[in-house]
Amino acid sequence: MGDQVKLIATPQSLPCCRVEWALKLKEVDYEYIEEDLRNKSAFLLESNPIHKKVPVLLHAGKPIVESLVILEYIEETWKDKYPLLSDDPHERAMARFWAKFGDEKCVVGAFGAAWLTEGEEKNKAIESAQESLAFLEKQIEGKKYFGGEQIGFLDLAVGWIPHWLKALEEVGEMKVLDPGRFPSLHEWGQNFLEIPLIKNSLPPREKVVEYFNAGRSYKRSLEAANKP
Amino acid sequence: MAEELSLLGMWASPFSCRVKIALKLKVVQYKYVEEDLFNKSPLLLKYNPIDKKVPVLVHNGNPLLESLVILEYIDETWQGYPIFPKDPYERAVARFWAKFIDDKLLPAIRRACWGEEKGREKAVEEATELLQLLEMELKEKRFFGGETIGLVDIVADTLSLWLTSFEEGSGVELMTREKFPKLSKWSHEFASTSAVKENLPPKDELTVFLKSLFGKPAK
Repeated sequence: MGDQVKLIATPQSLPCCRVEWALKLKEVDYEYIEEDLRNKSAFLLESNPIHKKVPVLLHAGKPIVESLVILEYIEETWKDKYPLLSDDPHERAMARFWAKFGDEKCVVGAFGAAWLTEGEEKNKAIESAQESLAFLEKQIEGKKYFGGEQIGFLDLAVGWIPHWLKALEEVGEMKVLDPGRFPSLHEWGQNFLEIPLIKNSLPPREKVVEYFNAGRSYKRSLEAANKP
Repeated sequence: MAEELSLLGMWASPFSCRVKIALKLKVVQYKYVEEDLFNKSPLLLKYNPIDKKVPVLVHNGNPLLESLVILEYIDETWQGYPIFPKDPYERAVARFWAKFIDDKLLPAIRRACWGEEKGREKAVEEATELLQLLEMELKEKRFFGGETIGLVDIVADTLSLWLTSFEEGSGVELMTREKFPKLSKWSHEFASTSAVKENLPPKDELTVFLKSLFGKPAK
């Protein structure tokens, strides 16, 4: 059919999951095309020639890449079901700002800390990631979800925290999301994971741990290969 | 209610310039507050305690941060000149290129012009490859937005005046007319657009400033 929706994705990948959550909330039918990132398909390389990454959403054959860009596209295209963003321009801007912040500071910070071996540098990286999370803690204080009474754009964007961050803590042998320091964020995370649509779509934690470990080994092998 | 609109910016910042261009296109009046980035004002620290950066747009007491977020806010709040395309797919493509410029191209250009001598050649190669992608995206269009400037043109402001200043200040040539005929032509057309022209900082002052900010004495 002309309007067919396809999603090229990997089950353990956090940016892929946020796109699936959005599609499910909007009740959009889509074909899931699983990608093996260690052996990228011609289809992926054709659909995302610049970044060669997942997720890629294809709608009527046209590719859209970058998960937050895809979320905006989903919001604008399937307008009649489940609004992800508020109608108010200032609230929309704040959701977009914090989503960007979440990716640039929290994701990068947490992964950076995970890959470091134990020591001063690692502790500093963990502290830095926690400083970033502290901003999100402030944003969620007094609210059930970032979107208010129901989850929205920002909840999906930072939805990796309750599940993927736990897996990252295991892989990185570190504690980042300390419930004592981040009580509101921790509670939000628990509520988020209880939502049936989210709960039923989470990849098993062991698989996420495996996926992160594989990513780290691959990265290290690249670094080793690049050494003289 | 009388609208209160201020922009906290910095004269040499291409990110502040983006917001000025957008407000000009929408014909919106605002108060401009010049920030000294080496001595940040209490106002800036109040409105952006997160990363304390400019630009910050303050609308009726509400701060908006991050130039891309601000551009979208401006487009949604004021009618008139469309900054973003109307069609969702074209909007997604515009967002993609805006992100590409900020996340990939600008850091690569900074590394190529101001990075360490050791990695210079590789950095120039990387920046050149990324510029090629943008050159191809322009195709035969006058602007990325088509006949008139749009989101991607505004976000690519760094590639017009600032890149010229980077090249003059660092001595590294990146966007030559031979290698990038389309982007070179675009750069000239973009800088000549009235909304842009009147908001660009003076080139010589900018070159001196950027050189003092980024240039390092030889080790």
